[in-house]
Amino acid sequence: MKVLSLDTSNQPLSVAILDDNRLLATTTITTHKKHAEFLMPIIEDLMKKSKLKPQDLDRVVVAIGPGSYTGIRIATTVAKTLAMTLNIELVTVSSLLNLALNFKDSQLLINPIFDGRNENMFTGLYKFHNGQPENVIPDQHTDLSEWLNQLKATNEKIIILGEIDSFAQKMKEKLGQHIILADPLKSIPSASELGIYGLHQKPVKDVDSVVPRYLRLTKAEADWRKLHPKEDTSNYVEKL
Amino acid sequence: MKDSLILSFETSCDETSVAVIKNGNQILSNIVATQIKSHQRFGGVVPEVASRHHIEQITGCIRDALNESGMSYPDFDGVAVTYGPGLVGSLLIGVNAAKTVAWAHNLPLIPVNHIAGHIYGANLVKQIEFPAMALVVSGGHTELVYMPKEDDFEIIGETRDDAAGEAYDKIGRVLGINYPAGKQVDQMAHLGKDVFHFPRAMDKEDNFDFSFSGLKSAFINTVHHADQINTSLDKNDLAASFQAAVVDVLSDKTVKALKEFPVKQLILGGGVAANLGLRDRLKKDLTDFPETELMLVPIHLCGDNAAMIGAAGAMLLRHHVFADASLNADPSLEFEYIS
Ligand SMILES: Nc1ncnc2c1ncn2[C@@H]1O[C@H](COP(=O)(O)OP(=O)(O)OP(=O)(O)O)[C@@H](O)[C@H]1O
Ligand SMILES: [Mg+2]
Repeated sequence: MKVLSLDTSNQPLSVAILDDNRLLATTTITTHKKHAEFLMPIIEDLMKKSKLKPQDLDRVVVAIGPGSYTGIRIATTVAKTLAMTLNIELVTVSSLLNLALNFKDSQLLINPIFDGRNENMFTGLYKFHNGQPENVIPDQHTDLSEWLNQLKATNEKIIILGEIDSFAQKMKEKLGQHIILADPLKSIPSASELGIYGLHQKPVKDVDSVVPRYLRLTKAEADWRKLHPKEDTSNYVEKL
Repeated sequence: MKDSLILSFETSCDETSVAVIKNGNQILSNIVATQIKSHQRFGGVVPEVASRHHIEQITGCIRDALNESGMSYPDFDGVAVTYGPGLVGSLLIGVNAAKTVAWAHNLPLIPVNHIAGHIYGANLVKQIEFPAMALVVSGGHTELVYMPKEDDFEIIGETRDDAAGEAYDKIGRVLGINYPAGKQVDQMAHLGKDVFHFPRAMDKEDNFDFSFSGLKSAFINTVHHADQINTSLDKNDLAASFQAAVVDVLSDKTVKALKEFPVKQLILGGGVAANLGLRDRLKKDLTDFPETELMLVPIHLCGDNAAMIGAAGAMLLRHHVFADASLNADPSLEFEYIS
């Protein structure tokens, strides 16, 4: 099975092409956040170097969020459009899980973090059993102190990774020896890991209805729902 | 000449639209999914909400456009997409979807300026002839565009502050009308009279530029003043007075432009081109220009849609205007201003 996998959830961009478990080509860039500009040329280039045509693909695997809203929309738009237009399978994977996959051989708790600004974060807690992930604490948008309370209850060693710069210090202060900082190289998501993991996951049934996992309402929407708790929110878009 | 077939995308604001256009003038399908109802909750377009709706809708719209047209990928000559101007997060959905389809089926990618699309909407009714002049009036733009030939767009005048559509929406809010207010203000205007004589800004100035913020303020002040002294004004008269001022300056500057630039056609396009008062006035004005044909974009194609993008895309295809896979959204894209 020929697989294209992509992750543009945050600053890093990562694309890979696999033939089953075999990596054919991959690119990861961390210096720019120009995903709209770089993603398609990189896909084109890697496909050429893998000697594949678009029609040779069997499956797309995408990191679906959480992350930067624009970032997750770029990969998700490309992935769902490609799956629809080539009539191939689409697998969606949590962007936090994709980062955690860098530690799929570890026995410890794995805590991927994306910086949500102002002490807020997108995060979740994972543990791997023979390479298979368990989402010990579900992916969520939360703030540091609330998250620290949740972590404290585990009373285990935890590897933190991802966008940890503004959190690591405070996490160590609160949880001390339990917190282990990941090697910076392992804080970068890898589309190769994503593709291999996605090989064994169930494809989505309805490609058209796939949307990014924002894990957070827009402010306008949240305020509005507070005032209109009963309103049906499913019919806001109409075909003319 | 061989037929040309374009698959076109438009996602610059709050409509997700995909169309199939034959020979730049024939609509085989034009799917438009509008988010107006969603943004009405907030009294205007919320950009992040708009982006979220676009990604929800995009592949369904492609599927419907293809099905309705009866065409399949090998039939196409190009994929056209609006890459600006507009909301960046909205534009990015169309641009990325279009790039993906173009790459997947080895089709050329054609980058289209949204305003060129509003103008080329006219081509879906009758072939545009050059030199032509276009008055583009929409939610974000009010400009006179001179076109010496089909791929040459020169702004000779534009608004210095609010766009006409924006002014309609803002005074509409004061009248208690939800976004987008233009159509309803137009209807009310037909029931009232111009009794307030609001200022016609820049009307007598020796240029082709517009200004609507003074008019908007005069309108709001009039209403507030009446509120303070507890009198109520006739809303239809307010609407009629506002519309008379807008239509006066739009038509005066257009007539002035036609005198300086003799053209074969005058095109009226953009969301506000649906305005019946404006359409009627230009019809009257044009009787003084027997050499110039009035090209009104049909009302159902005045708002944002991918059909007009496909019409412009077919023209660009003839001129081999292509983009590569690095095409990005350009939210502040503009034609050149010629003074
Ligand atoms: N009959 C009408 N009279 C006046 N204004 C109208 C009428 N119908 C629609 N409008 C106005 O048209 C505008 C929408 O036009 P359009 O969709 O072209 O704008 P946009 O795409 O948001 O902006 P732009 O095209 O400049 O990027 C709104 O401001 C709306 O109020
Ligand atoms: Mg428009």
